[in-house]
Amino acid sequence: MLLSIDLTLIIEKLVLITVVVMASLVIAMYATFAERKVAAIMQDRIGPNRAGPFGILQPLADGLKLFFKEEIIPNFSSKFLFILGPSLAMLTAMMTSAVIPWGDTITLFGREIHLQIADINIGILYVFGVVSMGVYGIMIGSWASNNKFSLMGGLRAASQIISYELAMGIALIALLMVTGTLSLRTMVIGQTDGMWNFFKQPLGFLIFLICVFAECNRTPFDLPEAENELIGGYHTEYSSMKLGFYLFAEYINMFISSAVMVSLFFGGYDIPILNDAHAVEKIGQNWMAVAHIFMFLGKAFFFVFLFMWVRWTIPRFRYDQLMNLGWKVLLPLALINMLLTGAVILFLQ
Amino acid sequence: MKALTNRVKEVDRRPMTLMEKAYLPAIFKGMSITFGHMFKKAPTISYPEKTRPFSPVFRGLHILNRDEEGRENCTACGLCAVACPAEAITMEAAERKPGEENLYREEKYAAKYEINMLRCIFCGLCEEACPKDAIYLSETFAPANFQRKGFIYGKEDLLIPNPVTEPEAYAKAKGGRVTVK
Repeated sequence: MLLSIDLTLIIEKLVLITVVVMASLVIAMYATFAERKVAAIMQDRIGPNRAGPFGILQPLADGLKLFFKEEIIPNFSSKFLFILGPSLAMLTAMMTSAVIPWGDTITLFGREIHLQIADINIGILYVFGVVSMGVYGIMIGSWASNNKFSLMGGLRAASQIISYELAMGIALIALLMVTGTLSLRTMVIGQTDGMWNFFKQPLGFLIFLICVFAECNRTPFDLPEAENELIGGYHTEYSSMKLGFYLFAEYINMFISSAVMVSLFFGGYDIPILNDAHAVEKIGQNWMAVAHIFMFLGKAFFFVFLFMWVRWTIPRFRYDQLMNLGWKVLLPLALINMLLTGAVILFLQ
Repeated sequence: MKALTNRVKEVDRRPMTLMEKAYLPAIFKGMSITFGHMFKKAPTISYPEKTRPFSPVFRGLHILNRDEEGRENCTACGLCAVACPAEAITMEAAERKPGEENLYREEKYAAKYEINMLRCIFCGLCEEACPKDAIYLSETFAPANFQRKGFIYGKEDLLIPNPVTEPEAYAKAKGGRVTVK
């Protein structure tokens, strides 16, 4: 045999993948609920409270409703691409979670298990690759719908992502110069001393954050689905669960990009002030890992809340404003940030 | 140009300052406002469980009144139907038979009394027209119904509970009504 297959490793990874996928699905489900609740509370309303106690069964009811809706595929659409669109959006949304370190190592059945599906040394590049694939789901879906509003939405999505991916990448280059690694795991371990990358790269973080909002198609950059100019944008022609997939993918994207931001800039699973080595002696490594996971999720949920908070505060940009911000403000800022970072590193050597 | 009213506000057309151009301070200000709203109490009333308290003079569903001995006040004189601007009230009169003195206060009574709640505009003119204090508007309003005929309220829907046999239900139906004589 050329490659010796480690069966236990495969099982371990499969379990990990299942858990991560299921967890992000459930989190996305409840993010839809949280979005409605946050919106309601910010507008001095109560929000959904009829399905189950405090309305916690609302996402189930919504999902069920979407499943039972009639599925309409327009006659003039290209059927294969029409179905491929939402599938691709969902797939890419789920794939990004592969490189995120959810916690430190955990020891089960005598095996040391890293709480990360794949610790690849180009983690960041993988995230970028997959995230920019995500726009294909929108583009293909909008093109296949054969509807002018859908197509407009798809065009907007494509040009928006191109414009903001640039600034995002350059903001990240400055971060990479500081940390000297592309692996998310190494990056998180480098931040466990409490010196989070945010303090080293505040401007970089700001640019990254704005670009993440644009990449996730969230307000104020939700032009691809601007409901009052484009009906529904790219998902105008979609119905039933295919529409559900698009909406769902957005929430998964939101959660995953929050997780990416946390591991890049806010120390990942690092618990602030707490001395990790000391705590491990006290409660054991496994419980420490659990605490790490909760810390990580807590930080990620804060960013998910931030997404919602911004959505219910800021109105949508005009399209030319969006392009101006991307090319004339964020890109030069990111370049300046990169130059300054390089200069400071050179000076310190 | 001279302004017609003193409510005119001059539009500020000065170019934006650097702080305003940066856009972020304004965003933070807006976000602090929305965050502040998270701690405000929602004015919502969760309707079927809780209801808004109405004033004692609220004009809601009609009630056909009884006197203290539980006899119906209405004599089917038809003044309410005449007064009704929406023509929502219809009635049929009947004569009281011997032995029915404990049911009806006077010799004539309404055998049928119907109010169409879809026509009714809840103006309270029937209440004002009634010489016998037989009809008044309560503090509840018409509940939803799936059918139109469900909104035609007959005597069994309108009559107040008997004060002799069911005093509690009577008091509840009577409510905090204010009688101005």
